[in-house]
Amino acid sequence: MMPSGPRGGGAPKAVQGRITRISGPVVVAEGLGSAGLYDVVEVGEARLAGEIIRMDGRGATIQVYEDDTGMKPGEKVVSLGRPLSVSLGPGLIGTIYDGIQRPLERLKESSGSFIKSGLRGESLSTRRKWPFAPAIKPGDSIGPGTLLGTVRETELVEHRVFAPPRSPPCKASHVAPAGEYTVDDEIVETDSGLRLRLAQEWPVRQARPARRRLAPSEPLITGLRVIDVLFPLSKGGCAAVPGGFGTGKTMTQHAIAKFCDADIIVYVGCGERGNEMTDVLTEFPKLVDPRTGRSIMERTILIANTSNMPVAAREVSIYTGITLAEYYRDMGYDVAVMADSTSRWAEALRELSGRLEEMPAEEGFPAYLPTRLAEFYERGGRVETLAGEPGSISIIGAVSPPGGDFSEPVTQHTKRFIRCFWALDRDLANARHYPAISWIDSYSEYAEELREWWDRKDPGWKELRARTLELMKREQKLEQIVRLIGADALPDEQRLILVTAEMIKNGFLQQSSFDEVDKYCVPEKQLLILQTILEFHDLGEKALKQGVPLSDIIGLPSRERITRLKGEVPNDRIDEIRAAGRELGAAFGELGLKYEREDG
Amino acid sequence: MRGLEHRGLSRAEGPIVIARRVETAGYGEMAAVYGRDGARRVGRVVDSSLESIAIQLFASNAGLSIDDTRVELLGRPLELRVGPDLLGRVFDGLGEPADGYPRILSSERREVNGDPINPAARVYPRDFIQTGVSAIDGMNTLIRGQKLPIFSGNGLPHNRLAAQIVRQARILSGDEPFAIVFAGMGIKYDVARFFIDAFERSGVLSRVVMFLSLADSPSIERLVTPKCALTAAEYLAYGMGMHVLVVLTDMTNYCEALREVSASRGEVPSRKGYPGYLYSDLASVYERAGKIEGSAGSITQIPILSMPNDDISNPIPDLTGYITEGQIVLDRELFQRGAYPSISVLPSLSRLMKDGIGEGMTRDDHKELSSQLFAAYARTKSVRNLASIIGEEELSPLDKRFLRFGERFEAEFVSQAEDEDRSIGQTLDIGWKLLSGLPRDELGRISRAMIDKYLPKEGDGADEKRSPDQV
Repeated sequence: MMPSGPRGGGAPKAVQGRITRISGPVVVAEGLGSAGLYDVVEVGEARLAGEIIRMDGRGATIQVYEDDTGMKPGEKVVSLGRPLSVSLGPGLIGTIYDGIQRPLERLKESSGSFIKSGLRGESLSTRRKWPFAPAIKPGDSIGPGTLLGTVRETELVEHRVFAPPRSPPCKASHVAPAGEYTVDDEIVETDSGLRLRLAQEWPVRQARPARRRLAPSEPLITGLRVIDVLFPLSKGGCAAVPGGFGTGKTMTQHAIAKFCDADIIVYVGCGERGNEMTDVLTEFPKLVDPRTGRSIMERTILIANTSNMPVAAREVSIYTGITLAEYYRDMGYDVAVMADSTSRWAEALRELSGRLEEMPAEEGFPAYLPTRLAEFYERGGRVETLAGEPGSISIIGAVSPPGGDFSEPVTQHTKRFIRCFWALDRDLANARHYPAISWIDSYSEYAEELREWWDRKDPGWKELRARTLELMKREQKLEQIVRLIGADALPDEQRLILVTAEMIKNGFLQQSSFDEVDKYCVPEKQLLILQTILEFHDLGEKALKQGVPLSDIIGLPSRERITRLKGEVPNDRIDEIRAAGRELGAAFGELGLKYEREDG
Repeated sequence: MRGLEHRGLSRAEGPIVIARRVETAGYGEMAAVYGRDGARRVGRVVDSSLESIAIQLFASNAGLSIDDTRVELLGRPLELRVGPDLLGRVFDGLGEPADGYPRILSSERREVNGDPINPAARVYPRDFIQTGVSAIDGMNTLIRGQKLPIFSGNGLPHNRLAAQIVRQARILSGDEPFAIVFAGMGIKYDVARFFIDAFERSGVLSRVVMFLSLADSPSIERLVTPKCALTAAEYLAYGMGMHVLVVLTDMTNYCEALREVSASRGEVPSRKGYPGYLYSDLASVYERAGKIEGSAGSITQIPILSMPNDDISNPIPDLTGYITEGQIVLDRELFQRGAYPSISVLPSLSRLMKDGIGEGMTRDDHKELSSQLFAAYARTKSVRNLASIIGEEELSPLDKRFLRFGERFEAEFVSQAEDEDRSIGQTLDIGWKLLSGLPRDELGRISRAMIDKYLPKEGDGADEKRSPDQV
């Protein structure tokens, strides 16, 4: 985000005013009457970045994105006459930005390990040259969605440069030949006088347009069994991950960011820990995408506004992230946005609202909290882009409810705007059962829409899913009885349900992100493991009817083998799971024969 | 401008005084306020406009008059003088010497609020710190550069535990320069004395910097104390390359001072009257831990907080848990049974543990073993609930074995003497010994290779046979 002069188009008028009051990140200034709401301003002699958030008779109220300690009333404020925008162009991938798109790596090189107020850095390097291949020639007509050319941004990402979404119809008068260009170089000139650079800008608070919305009918495969099979998310879908501290929100988000089959990942660390972003920065470059064989950093953009960085920039970081995501969606990619955590973003809204002395609604949050949440989640979705291709943004928002209590406002309002809810459970986390996604409280409304896709892959999915959920529900009911009278008092058929449920928990739902084999599980393997466990259940029920005692069924060595399949059978050798299934069938056959003989 | 004075206030209420507009009053700058008695009170400008300024005092406001009060703007934010001489000194809550010696000789002053560390400049912490406490080393490992708070309650042994950690903490890889920074906020003199004695006994007093804002100091002073302490810690860690262990106690008193100020400013409260920015404010303290590129040093934080009414969902422990990299939770029930250090293992957590343990760091079996101990102990807890309803006699043989495992886990693994310094190897071996009391096919979280390598086969069998519930 550049506080310096605008690029391209008519130069907007700069307006100068004067500070009358400073209260933390909120500053009031007079003399800005002709500036617009949500315009970017430079505040004080230190020229800190800010944004006008309210205008009234007393002047303009400004939120400041940097620490304003030492600023004095009377200092000047300059409005740049344009809204807060991000720079979009090659060089975004693999970069770590703060909430207002300052490049943290470059700031570190220029100013050291600590972020001081007033630091500036180019969001996109203006020196680096990119290989540009034009897709049009002079005389071609240009409108919104016209592909101007391509740039190979990383091995994984072909960066497609389009005419800006609002360009009026015109013709190209000059097109740069194939070659190396910087983001500031003009690549196309039109007969209407438009000069298009390799990079563009877009205001963060405005959704980028698309032609129309499409149904989210394809799953976002995450490699996490509990998600893909039980509570699937579709490409273009929105999910919330609520959970108290230590239940694994961030770990779940990291796992999805690492292995999901989106083309681009935008990871927004919003008001969270610095070390978590460092973890991503050190780990991601080493991790290899299971599908492409390249480092997953080559498809990732990071936005880090940690909890100790200025709170106003935290409010913006979410919009910065989603705007970058829309930019890549418009190239026809499937983008996944991780927002960790939306509660911290809501708290930033609350803090700023409090400074503005607005009337609070629930728990001090401003009354417009649900509106802002809705706006954010609606920027996700699967669309037909201006260029006529499908593209999608899936949003996975972490929610940090105080005290782990899901009845608080942020969780409740978020639930209205998402369709997939992965509730993290404290008891599971305490037993280090990760991902601690509760199979009782979670839900996914996308399951129905994804059925067709799964039917093509494996028609058994729907039934498996329904049976598993039903079995786990029954187990929960039985557990309540067991807690009162003990498992021994149950009939064997019901105890078998407990045994199978235990196998589903340990052998299927629980998944280790640190185990080389277990961390990523292909859909075929997911289904096979689950099928085998349920087959055990069917065979067990049959055997019980034949008079085989439960202890013999529990004692089968092939039963223990099944619960270890997840970690012992790699994704490319899933035939071994089928073999284990056959072994199991044989073992049950023998058991049946043994008791038949004894009876006879 | 330094030395510029202004006479008279327009309002004095609680810790906030309002003075008429003074030229050049910068937001966040320090001011000295003199009452009619001439006593100097330090404060900070928290709101500055063309008409007036609001100053938040770090001292009592008793005796301030509207007419006779003088306000002097100091023209700089609150700073701490730093230098190698910090070591071995005791300061008050505002960073002024409190041990009777003069100010330290140094021309370097640092703003106590500090600047946030650039996330791209952090080094991910992975060095294992051996504390000698099994419940920490084995299950919730402390890593150099981590912030790991102790969630405690009144009367629980958090101070003894913190002192034991300070005494025993060491890095397996060898000797490196270290220092301890201690910030006491609203604690009694006895508690401060306890720590001083503990440091003295282990012979590290000359490497300790103390900032004490005791219970009888104005509560508002506590808001500055941890910031002074962390400024000193940052100087020692990133300026001098030392490994600094920071003990902050008691964070609950800090939060209450914050609530007091917020209430007197008439801010909209969020939960339990705490201000909406409690999270951001705590983060500005806790996030000042870690390691950065280009410096050999590190800051490891052990904040101590007493949970009001032992309630972990109270905003103070709750928000702390969301910021820190885990928590060590003390348990009253264990303590009442006479167990020390009475760490409640299940709700405790170390987020950085995953990357600091295992082969080459602790031992190859550490990850799987701790995961299995967690799973087995969690099972014990549910068996206990069952036993309290149907009676122990009615439990299945397997459940009885889990019950016994849990008892031994608490007695042999979690409990240890205050001066017992267990090596990580000893800790893990105890874990294996306890697991050998369970059937092998219940150990689903451990790979077969590890079971074959470490699970005791014969040695502990005798013990098992003695148990009456053996089937």
